Amino acid sequence: MAKPFKPSVHLKDNDVTDESVYVNRRTLLKSLGFVGASTLLAKSAGAAGWFWEDDVDAPKSELKPQLKPLKFTQPSQFQINETRTPEDKVTTYNNFYEFGTGKDDPAKNATEFQTNSWTLKVDGLVKKPFVLDYESLTSRFPLEERIYRLRCVEAWSMVVPWIGFELAALIKQAEPLMSAKYVAFETLYDPEQMPGQRSRFVGGGIEYPYVEGLRLDEAMHPLTLMSVGLYGKTLPAQNGAPIRLVVPWKYGFKSIKSIVRIRLTDKQPPTTWNRLASNEYGFYANVNPQVAHPRWSQASERRITTGGLLARNRIDTQMFNGYQEVAPLYSGMDLSRYY
Amino acid sequence: MPLLKKPVRLSLWQRRGTKAVIHIMAIGYLAWLFLAGLSDKLGPDPVEVLINETGTWAIHFLLLTLSLSPMAKNLPSAEPMQFRRLIGVYTFVYALAHLLTYIAFELQFDMALVASEIISRPYIVVGMTALLLLFILTATSFKTLQRKMGRNWQRLHNTIYIILPLALLHFSWSQKTFWQEPVWYWLLGLLIMSPRIKKWANKVRANRSGSA
Repeated sequence: MAKPFKPSVHLKDNDVTDESVYVNRRTLLKSLGFVGASTLLAKSAGAAGWFWEDDVDAPKSELKPQLKPLKFTQPSQFQINETRTPEDKVTTYNNFYEFGTGKDDPAKNATEFQTNSWTLKVDGLVKKPFVLDYESLTSRFPLEERIYRLRCVEAWSMVVPWIGFELAALIKQAEPLMSAKYVAFETLYDPEQMPGQRSRFVGGGIEYPYVEGLRLDEAMHPLTLMSVGLYGKTLPAQNGAPIRLVVPWKYGFKSIKSIVRIRLTDKQPPTTWNRLASNEYGFYANVNPQVAHPRWSQASERRITTGGLLARNRIDTQMFNGYQEVAPLYSGMDLSRYY
Repeated sequence: MPLLKKPVRLSLWQRRGTKAVIHIMAIGYLAWLFLAGLSDKLGPDPVEVLINETGTWAIHFLLLTLSLSPMAKNLPSAEPMQFRRLIGVYTFVYALAHLLTYIAFELQFDMALVASEIISRPYIVVGMTALLLLFILTATSFKTLQRKMGRNWQRLHNTIYIILPLALLHFSWSQKTFWQEPVWYWLLGLLIMSPRIKKWANKVRANRSGSA
């Protein structure tokens, strides 16, 4: 008589692979492999895109929010006679750690960034706090084009035609109280949209949301700009859409991007890079060729325009990035101590 | 149980062919980088890309050099050792290209600035130390010299174990925050060095119990 069949392996219900996992098994395996390999190859992919990149990474143009042309005036005193950094360089070479620490990461990772339900809150020590919605960011104040030099703390610089309005106009509308001494700024905190806020491996491990601050007199200076566009159109996400600060006499990290809140305070507000490394990044962060970053000289900079490797683009850095008119704000201050 | 009856060996021509491929790829990539940079095809800032690529590939070659001997021990073949010197030399070539890019294209031959930056910036001092050690190893990599130096050659070339942490420290220190790419390289370096670290730890333990 034949023996009854006895399986050598006993499987119970909970041993059965979940159907969705089974169906997606190849995708799962693939993604595991890609995650491992891509972390090491990420940098190379940027440089040698032709070698690694496949169609998967091709820009999804239908998802790209369309940049709208803006109406603005061109006051002559801000149309400076310096070679502008080409638009494609301004929009693909960005420090915006919310979208990755590589210079080309923000342009790649911010393509689906949604800004049309944006609100910017202005409050704190003011008589009339208010909120600007997405439409009023570009319509409440008359816009003008200003061509500013942008000096990064990493010792490179650009020349950018910004479009925006003076921060002073915004602050005046809220009617600051006498006790207000500083202005605190805050970037959007939205880990769903900003991968750098989800993972410290993407966002460099800085504390989010990104915060910045100015003294009230710095904020009220006519050079201090709230920018909503560049090169004639609304801001691309990687440049800080829909609204960002531009303080041309300070290192770039002061010019906080994608702002959701502006708050007037009586105490000096904390600022992101100062919190991370106070010996390297001060609250003031004025461009100053005499005060070196502990790890590199600030006496000169490389101007990014056109031309390849042989472009002799290293130029002397100017005090206050050449905006001497702000010097009276700091008279009597030891700028090597308040860097 | 042996995986194979006989260890795998490459024929002379297979070995030469593999070496030729390594040469073509290593020199080819470096040449392509410089040519693309010259014609402004390396993105918004070709200098930054060139510095990053030569630096990270020097570290890739260094890690590869260090993984060949554990590989040879665990594979049924000693062939990986045949390529160690070649890849080691390319580590130096890329590191040298990295320094020259910094001097020629980043600081653009402002020699006063070059001198003050190399002397006064700790992360550059660390990188320069690694490069000088790599230069010494490259200069003594000839077979005849290896034979002449005898046991001292191995002693000298053990400095590769100091070069690795120096190079990684230079990489980490050059970033604005800690949690960036170099973290992965530290982990990979630790993984590659783990069999050796285990061996050194055992040796220390044996010495200690021996003297007790």
